[in-house]
Parts: sequence; C-alpha cells; structure tokens
Amino acid sequence: MKPQEYQALVKENQPPRAIGKNVFLAFLVGGAISAVGQLVLEFVSGVERTTDEAAAVTLAIMILLGSVLTGLGVYDKIAEKGGAGAAVPITGFSNTVTAAAMEFRREGFILGMGAKMFVIAGPVLVYGILSGFTVALIKAVVLGYF
Amino acid sequence: MSYVIAFLTGGLICAAAQLVLEYTQLTPAHVLVGLTVIGALLGGLGIYEPFLKFAGAGALVPVSGFGSSIARGMLSEIKRLGWEGLFTGAFEITGLGLAAAVVFGSLMAIVSKPRD
Repeated sequence: MKPQEYQALVKENQPPRAIGKNVFLAFLVGGAISAVGQLVLEFVSGVERTTDEAAAVTLAIMILLGSVLTGLGVYDKIAEKGGAGAAVPITGFSNTVTAAAMEFRREGFILGMGAKMFVIAGPVLVYGILSGFTVALIKAVVLGYF
Repeated sequence: MSYVIAFLTGGLICAAAQLVLEYTQLTPAHVLVGLTVIGALLGGLGIYEPFLKFAGAGALVPVSGFGSSIARGMLSEIKRLGWEGLFTGAFEITGLGLAAAVVFGSLMAIVSKPRD
C-alpha cells in the first residue's frame, strides 16, 4: 500500500471530528472562567491601590483556584469538555503546574516534582520573558527611558 | 455588563485557540506559548493596555494577559529603576502568581493521593 493510500484510509476511518461543538465548548468554558475572573478582579480592585496590583492579585487568586480544582480532580473534567477553553486561561497554566507536580512526585521530590513542575509552564515563561524583554528593550531605547 | 464583556472576550480568545488546535498539528503547549508571546509583544507596544481596560478579566485571565503582564511589568520597572527593570520587571506583576503556582502546586502534590 502506498503512503498516500494509507493516509486516505486513515482519514476515511477516523471518527468525524465535531469541530463546531469543540469550539463552542471552548468558548463557553473560557468565557465562564473569564467571568469568574471578572468577579475576582472587581472585588480585588476595591482593595488594591493600582491596576497592576489588582491584576497581580487577580492572577494569583485564579492560579490558586486552578491549583485547588486540579488537586480535587475537577479541572481535568472541565478540560475534557472545554479543551482550549480550560487550557488558555491562567487557571489552565496553574493546572499544568499542579498536575505535573502531582504526576512527577513519585519520581522523587527533587528530580521529580521539583524538576518537572514547570515542564509545560516553563516554555510559557521562557518565551513570554524573551519576547517581553525584546519589545521592552527596543521601546526603552527608542523612547529614551534610560 | 462587565461580566458579559469578560465572558465574550475571554470566550472568543479560547474559541480562537481551539480553532488553531483543530486545524493544525500544534499541541496545547504550543498554543499557550504563542498566546503568551502575542500578549507580551502587544503589552510591550502598549496595545494590550486599552484592551485590558475594555475587557477586564476577559483580557487578563487568558495567558495573553499573563504575557502582557510580563512586558507591562518590565516597562513600569524601567521607568522606576532604569535598566535593572528590564530584568526585575518580568516578575513585578506575575511574580505573585508564579510563587503561588509553586506553593499551591507543591501543596496539592503532597496532600493529594496519587491517582491512576
């Protein structure tokens, strides 16, 4: 069998993907998590002084929520239905950290949990910082902040 | 009203990410990195700020908001400290959440029984 024929056969026998349904579920779940975030943000904004502080505390509270729901095994169920709707919010970032910590704990605390906790969150941090650094550096030089 | 806007914008970003997952071979990790980079670039250019003002948590809660917080922290710390801010600023806004992720993640790993 030629590779092309094999590919065609694979395509024929794949279960039909419910793309529309998946996208709609991602919209609902992501929207719902953002609405919860709005509740937290409005509460926090009443307490914190600056918008940056309010943002920081809101992110941390959402991270706490994501972590606890992961520990209880609830977030995996949300992610099953929500797909990107559960992965993209900061609660999903927190979910990857907690889930990795839980999974790799059996490989030991140092080389398991400690080393692999940021196995997915690590790249997010690395490239977030690298890209932020580049723009901030260019902007600071161009606008003469230094 | 702010809840509706947050729901719609946050939902739309997630739906767009799901579309990328459906039509490409990229993994969720790739999409998370991509969105964070987009957020950091827009945050650095000052474009994300008006979006945050408009959408609130709808812009802050998706990881693009996390990325923009990295860049916005750098810019505000540069104004305060000079060049050191380029480095310390990354964690100015995000540090609280990152340390929280480490602390609570570890706590959950220690407290919860390993499943499977």
